[in-house]
Amino acid sequence: MKTRIDSRFEKLKAEDRPALVTYFMGGDPDFDTSLEVMKALPAAGSDVIELGMPFSDPMADGPAIQAAGLRSLNAGQTLVRTLELARRFRETDDETPIVMMGYYNPIYIHGVDRFLAEAKEAGVDGLIVVDLPPEMDEELCIPAIEAGINFIRLATPTTDDKRLPAVLRNTSGFVYYVSMTGITGTAIADTSKVNTAVQRIKGHTELPICVGFGVKTAEHARAIGATADGVVVGTAIVNVMADAIKAGKSAGETAGAVTALVSELAKGVRESRLATA
Amino acid sequence: MNKPTIPNSFRTGPDEQGMFGIFGGRFVAETLMPLILELQDEWNRAKTDPEFRAELEHLNTHYTGRPSPLYFAERLTEHLGGAKIYFKRDELNHTGSHKINNCLGQILLAKRMGKTRIIAETGAGQHGVASATVAARFGYPCEVYMGATDVERQAPNVFRMKLLGAKVNPVTAGHGTLKDAMNEALRDWVTNVEDTYYLIGTAAGPHPYPEMVREFQAVIGKETREQIMSAEGKLPDLLVAAVGGGSNAIGLFHPFLDDKGVQIVGVEAGGKGLNGDEHCASLTAGSPGVLHGNRTYLLQNEDGQIKEGHSISAGLDYPGIGPEHSWLKDSERVEYVPIMDDEALEAFQLLTRLEGIIPALEPSHALAEVIKRAPKMRKDQTIVMNLCGRGDKDIFTVGKILGMGL
Repeated sequence: MKTRIDSRFEKLKAEDRPALVTYFMGGDPDFDTSLEVMKALPAAGSDVIELGMPFSDPMADGPAIQAAGLRSLNAGQTLVRTLELARRFRETDDETPIVMMGYYNPIYIHGVDRFLAEAKEAGVDGLIVVDLPPEMDEELCIPAIEAGINFIRLATPTTDDKRLPAVLRNTSGFVYYVSMTGITGTAIADTSKVNTAVQRIKGHTELPICVGFGVKTAEHARAIGATADGVVVGTAIVNVMADAIKAGKSAGETAGAVTALVSELAKGVRESRLATA
Repeated sequence: MNKPTIPNSFRTGPDEQGMFGIFGGRFVAETLMPLILELQDEWNRAKTDPEFRAELEHLNTHYTGRPSPLYFAERLTEHLGGAKIYFKRDELNHTGSHKINNCLGQILLAKRMGKTRIIAETGAGQHGVASATVAARFGYPCEVYMGATDVERQAPNVFRMKLLGAKVNPVTAGHGTLKDAMNEALRDWVTNVEDTYYLIGTAAGPHPYPEMVREFQAVIGKETREQIMSAEGKLPDLLVAAVGGGSNAIGLFHPFLDDKGVQIVGVEAGGKGLNGDEHCASLTAGSPGVLHGNRTYLLQNEDGQIKEGHSISAGLDYPGIGPEHSWLKDSERVEYVPIMDDEALEAFQLLTRLEGIIPALEPSHALAEVIKRAPKMRKDQTIVMNLCGRGDKDIFTVGKILGMGL
């Protein structure tokens, strides 16, 4: 089954440019603002949207994304409302892929089958669930594949060649390469090491490889986009939102601040292949 | 929930995937998975290695002071007028609690694995002190994550850790208690995967931790079996232990799980009562969910967000529980009951005056349950309670509540 993710990467391959994958936290700082941000992303140059599902105990995330999740939960965000964000986005955009990203417990409590049916209906194309390694595939990965939703797995610097096949086995859509060991948003990736790792993973799969964790500027995006099929930016976007919220900006102004950063990153991504050509 | 069929043995878990029925597992980020598999391999080798066992036994004997005594509490027994009450006195261990049993086992594993840095989470500070102690003994740098609330209410233990050379990192996220400390320790581990050993303090977390910690703590139950047989010539009628994460309890219970005549009770922190949110009774009032690497009973809302618990005892202030306890609850082998803050406080004072033993607030919960049950039992019956920690660390908390200046 071909998802919007597959179609989007085919299109980008034809254009010979990497994807800009943008993460934001659903419901941060409230439902309406985050919907406005989400709707503004494609025009600003985002090719794939990662929609964060807030969780009270995000053990792989740094302070910025933790705080965003807390703002969102405090404003009454739930898994059902995050699905509603996807549904509302789809009213005006039927092409940009949506990948929901978060932790397993809210999905488990909602009920896996019920969640998958509702996600499919809402127009969600893929899932990234941080705390479900391949050893736990029976939980959600296999049911998701059966429901026609891509299950996108993280590969990390600790995923060696011996382990890679197991990680890739049930992965679809794309592979998310985490550029470093650590939590989201900390160090700046060493781009040459990252590029070597991307080449290594490409030796094991035909799937597009997107790189994230530590990408903050157009400069990073340009360097990583030279070899990767996509560049994921999360914390930098969440930080821009946090600043706008702190300054008491309106929903429109917050979305504007995000758009400005995303446009700049998109420019970096679009120039990455030109630089190496 | 489906009632599981009664297994032939309650002592065979976990399976190869680290599951106790539906509980347990390895719900961790991919970055940690290779480490967890490496740890599992090393643990599998170590547990059958006579040299490893001999080294651990030697340390247990000469460093910790094992076996800990099984003490007949004569005056308490008389006072309650029912079953004979014995205390397994793990509070007499070096560092003042059962936590050292596990820390020695794990530091030997860390050494075998060539790790050079130790991290740990702590609630009451007992595990933090035990970790800092073994790190000092084996010459490792050690960082302990501790909720900011706990740093404040367990000041003496914070000072002990610092004296032992550990760095204590206060965690301000959430309510600043054990759950938040564990999140932060996991973040450290995921960042420093190459050199760092994560010394988890309770029988929870991703496989193989629940099994490994249980095996290191099972020395409590093994000794108890021998000691009660020589004291009474028969197995006890009732075992009682406090459960926070559940390591002292599983250590006492596990060797007795297949002895049908032995009734087993785990005591949770009922806090200010189960009606509101101010308790930590995850087994009595929670539901199965996934947190900190395992599926287990959790305090959570209908959206799967984890709640903050409350207990007078920092060591029980955790919204989850080791997965094996979740399985033992569902399979009905062990009964789990809550004890409120004020009941624990009363038990704390009673034991202090009757037996001259100041217990930690954690086993004071177990004691409050013993106080309820002993009078209803016959005088020829016996109870063994795990007195898993001493109360020196709690005197400031208790003094404050009782309005006594220190």
